Amino acid sequence: MTVAAAAEGPLDAGERRRVAERLGREASPTELAMLGVLWSEHCSYRTSRRLLRQLPVGGPRVVQGPGENAGVVDLGGDLLCCFKIESHNHPSAVEPVQGAATGVGGILRDVFAMGARPVALLDAIRFGEPTDPVQALRFARVVEGIGWYGNCVGVPTVGGETVFDPAYRDNCLVNAMCVGLVARDRLRHARASGPGNLVLLVGADTGRDGIGGAAFASAAFDHDREQKRPAVQVGNPFLEKCLIEACQELATVPGIVALQDCGAAGLTSSCAEMAHRGGVGLDLDVAQVSRRERQMTPAEVMLSESQERMVLVVEPAGVAQVRACFERWGLHSDAIGTVTASGRLRVRDGAVIAADLPLDLLVAGSPEHRPPAHPPADLAARRARDPLDGADPPDPRRALQRLLLAGNCGEARWVWRQYDHMVGDDTVSGPGGDAAVLRLRGRDEGLALTVDGGHRSSPYAPRTAAAAAVFEAARNLAAVGAEPLAVTNCLNCGSPDQPVGMWQLEETVAGLGDACRALGIPIVSGNVSLYNDTLGHGIPPTAVVGMVGRLAPLARRAGIGFAAPGHTVLLVGPPDPSAEPGAGLGGSELQRVLSGGCHGPAPVVDADREASAQRLVRGAIRAGLLASAHDLSLGGLAVALTDACCGRGVGCSIQLPAFLGTDRRVQTAWLFGEVGARFLVSCEPASSAALRALADDEDVPVCELGTTGGDELSVLGLLAVPLAELGAWWGGAIAGALAAAGRA
Amino acid sequence: MSRVRFGIVVFPGTWSDRDCAHAVAQAGYEAVRLWHDDRSLDGVDCVILPGGFSYGDYLRAGAIAAHARIMTAVRSFAAAGGPVLGICNGFQVLCEAGLLPGALLRNRSLQFRCEWTHLRVEGCPTRFTAGLPADRPLRIPISHGEGRYHADPETIAGLEASGRVVLRYVDAGGAVCDAANPNGSLHGIAGVASAGGNVVGMMPHPERACELVLGSADGLGLFRAVAGAEREPVGPR
Repeated sequence: MTVAAAAEGPLDAGERRRVAERLGREASPTELAMLGVLWSEHCSYRTSRRLLRQLPVGGPRVVQGPGENAGVVDLGGDLLCCFKIESHNHPSAVEPVQGAATGVGGILRDVFAMGARPVALLDAIRFGEPTDPVQALRFARVVEGIGWYGNCVGVPTVGGETVFDPAYRDNCLVNAMCVGLVARDRLRHARASGPGNLVLLVGADTGRDGIGGAAFASAAFDHDREQKRPAVQVGNPFLEKCLIEACQELATVPGIVALQDCGAAGLTSSCAEMAHRGGVGLDLDVAQVSRRERQMTPAEVMLSESQERMVLVVEPAGVAQVRACFERWGLHSDAIGTVTASGRLRVRDGAVIAADLPLDLLVAGSPEHRPPAHPPADLAARRARDPLDGADPPDPRRALQRLLLAGNCGEARWVWRQYDHMVGDDTVSGPGGDAAVLRLRGRDEGLALTVDGGHRSSPYAPRTAAAAAVFEAARNLAAVGAEPLAVTNCLNCGSPDQPVGMWQLEETVAGLGDACRALGIPIVSGNVSLYNDTLGHGIPPTAVVGMVGRLAPLARRAGIGFAAPGHTVLLVGPPDPSAEPGAGLGGSELQRVLSGGCHGPAPVVDADREASAQRLVRGAIRAGLLASAHDLSLGGLAVALTDACCGRGVGCSIQLPAFLGTDRRVQTAWLFGEVGARFLVSCEPASSAALRALADDEDVPVCELGTTGGDELSVLGLLAVPLAELGAWWGGAIAGALAAAGRA
Repeated sequence: MSRVRFGIVVFPGTWSDRDCAHAVAQAGYEAVRLWHDDRSLDGVDCVILPGGFSYGDYLRAGAIAAHARIMTAVRSFAAAGGPVLGICNGFQVLCEAGLLPGALLRNRSLQFRCEWTHLRVEGCPTRFTAGLPADRPLRIPISHGEGRYHADPETIAGLEASGRVVLRYVDAGGAVCDAANPNGSLHGIAGVASAGGNVVGMMPHPERACELVLGSADGLGLFRAVAGAEREPVGPR
C-alpha cells in the first residue's frame, strides 16, 4: 500500500474538511496519512468504542484496565500479572508465516512494554476445511509462523484452540495472547511526561514494510488480496529476544518515564498515544530515525510498521545508561525527539516541517462511525428450524467417528508439538488440557490460562454465543481447579458497514458484557478486528476470550484423563439436554459435520447454573475429591468421554440413565448436545458421597454415568469403540486431513 | 568440599540460561552467567552452553556462536579437561566449534518438535553421565527444529566403537526403535562425548527435567554427576 492510499483510508471528503477547519489550513499529505491510519478502525475503534464502554472493566484485583499496552491484575504479594490478546487476521490471510509470527511479536511487545517478563503465549486460530489444499497450506504455515517466533524468543506457547469451519475459508483468524509477570514496583506505563525529556526509538531499523497495515486491517478483502502483501510486516524474533532482555535489564535503570510498543501505525500511533495519555506534546525529527531503505519520506517513516521497535521517554540524565543497556544487546537507539508542553505532535525532517497536529484531533478526534444495525431477515425462521431438519438421528458410533475426524474435537497435538511449551521451567500442565497451568515460583499456587471462542450459533445468536465463550473459558479454569481473575478479549467480526454485521457486533459485545458481569470477571484488555469479510461474505462473529485464573494450592489440580480403572464417572450439570430448546444441537458441531447447517435454537446460557457448577467442580478439586475433570463443550458428552478415555488410555463403561428412554433423538441429544454448565468428572467410589453432598449444597445436579476401566469406550446400547481405534480418530484427525489435502 | 560453580554462557538469543541456572540451583550448586563477549570463564568449575537460538541461528544453528569471543576460553578449558555440557543449541555450537564430531541437521519431519523423550545412558562414563542409571531410560524432553545427528559412516562407527555415544533415544521400555527417534538422528543418537569424556553435547533438555512438578527429575543426575566427579575425573576406557 502506498502512503497516498493509506491516507485515503477512512478519511472521506467531509472528514478532510473538518480537519482543515480545525487546522485553519489544508492538511499536508503527511498529516493526512497520519490521520488516516490513526482514525482507522484498528487504531481508533471508531465503530466499536461506544459499545466497548458497556463492558465491565473494574474490580478489586484490577491494577490496569483497557487503555494501556496490556491489562494488569494483582496476584497478591506484590506480584502482578499482565496480559492481552490481539488479532493478526488480515496479515495472516495474505502471508501466513509472517502474518502469524508478527502477531506473536506484537503481543509480546505489548506485555514487556509494561515492564513484565512474558511467561506464556496462547493462540486461537481458525481456518476453512483442512482437507482443502489452500486451507491446509494456510493452516500449516500459520502454525509454522507462530512456532517460529515463539520458539525463537523462548516464551512457551502453552495453550490455544484450533477450529476448522468453511465459514473461515476466506478470512482466517489468528489471535495471539501473551501473559507476563512483573513486580509491582517495576510496572511501567506508556504515558509521556516532562517537557525536555527525550524520545528514544530502539530496536530494528525502519523500512517500508507494513506501511498502512492498520488501515489494511480495517478494510474487507476484495479481489486484489495478493496486492496487499507489502502491507504485511516481516518478523525478526532474534531482535525481539534481545529487546525483551534489554527491557528487563532496564527495570533497574533510573529516569525511564515511559515505554511503548511501536506496533500498528508505527511511530505515529506509539508517539501520539503516549503523548496524549500524558497530556503533553512531542517534537520528532524523522531524520534521526535509522533506516533500512533509502529516500523514505517523512510519511513513510511515520507510518512504517517495521517490527521489533520500542519507543521510550527518558530523562536526559538517564539517556546514557539506557543507551548502554541496549548497546550491550546489540541494539542501537536513536534520540528522535523531545517532550514538549504543546499538546501537539510536530514532525520535521531536518529543517523541514512535515506535520504539526493537535493530539486531541489526532488521537481522540476520529468521528464516530455509527452504521445502521439490523438482524438478518431470516432470524426467526433460522432459530426455529429443527437442528437435524427432521432427519433420522445418526448412528452414534459413526457420528462420533465423523465428529472426531473433522478435526475440531480431537487432540491438536499436531499443532502444539511444534511449539515449545516448556521453556521457562514453569509449565506444570501444557497444551492438551482444559487450561494450561504455570507454577508461580516461591508460592504454592499457579496461574491457569485458557483461550476459547464462542459457540457456532453466533451468526444468528451472537449474544448467547459470545456469552458461551466466557462461560466455557471459566469452565476450563474450573476444570483444573482454578478461579478466574480477569479476561482479555478479541472481537473478530465481519463488516460493520453491513447492517447484519453491525447487529452481530453489538450483540457480541453485549453477550460478553452479560457473561462477565454475571460471573464478576473484569475485562482488562482487548482488541477488535472488524472487516473480516471477503466480497460481502463475513465471518461468523467470533468472540475469543482469554482468561487468567489462580490455582491454589498447586497440588490440588485435576486433568482431563481418567486416572485409573474402577473410578465412578459422573456428569455435573443439566443431565438431559433434550429438555432444552433445540436439545443443544442448534449450531452444534454434530450439526456441522452431518449437514453443514447452522440453525436451530441456540444453547441456553444460564449464568447462575454456570457459576454454581463451576464452584462445585473447583471446590471438589480443592477438597481432593476428583480424579479427573473435564468441561463439556464442542461435541458434548460423547467427545468429553473420548477425551477422558484417550488422555491416559483408561476406558469406561457408561449406562444410559433411565430417564432417557428409547427415543433415538433424545439419546442423540444426550450424547452430542452442547448445553453449557456441564462437566464430566471421575472419582474414587468412596468420594462420590462427599461429592454429592457438595453438589446438594450448590444445588447442582450430578448424574452417575458408569465406571472407568477396560480397553474401550462403551456406552451401553449406543456405541462401543476399542481405545486403539478411538485414539486413532482422536489423535489423527489433523494429520489425516492434511494428508488428504496433499500435505503429509 | 568446595562449592561447585557452574558457568552458563549467554549468547544473544540464548534462552535456556535461566532454566539451566534454576536447574543447577535445584541440584544444589551455584550458577553464574558468562557473557558471550567476555574473555574469561571467571574460574568456574563447569561450563554449560545452553539452548536457544544464538545470534538467531542465522547462517546455521550455532555457527556464529562458535566464533564468539568466549569460545576461545571454552576451547582452552575443554582442552585442559574441564567439563563442558552443550544442551540443544549448545550441542550445535560444540559441533560447529569442532569440539564434538558431527552435525545437527533439520529434523526428519521438517518441523520443530517439543515433546518428552526417553534416553538410554550408555557408552563410557563421562563427566556428566557417570553414575546415571543404566537400567532404566531417563525421561527428558526435546525442543528443537534441527536435532538430527549426522556424521559420516566412519565417524559414527568410531563413536560407537569407542563408547562415545552416551545418550540414545529409546522407547519407554528402553528399546531402540524408529518410533522413539524424534528427529531421525543416525543410530538414534541423542548425545555424544569427546574422546576425553569431559565435553558432552545433547539435544534433549535436562534442565527441564529437574522437578517432579514439571514432569520428571531425571535431568538432575547430569548436573550432580559433574559436581560429584569434580575432584576425581573419569574418562573413557
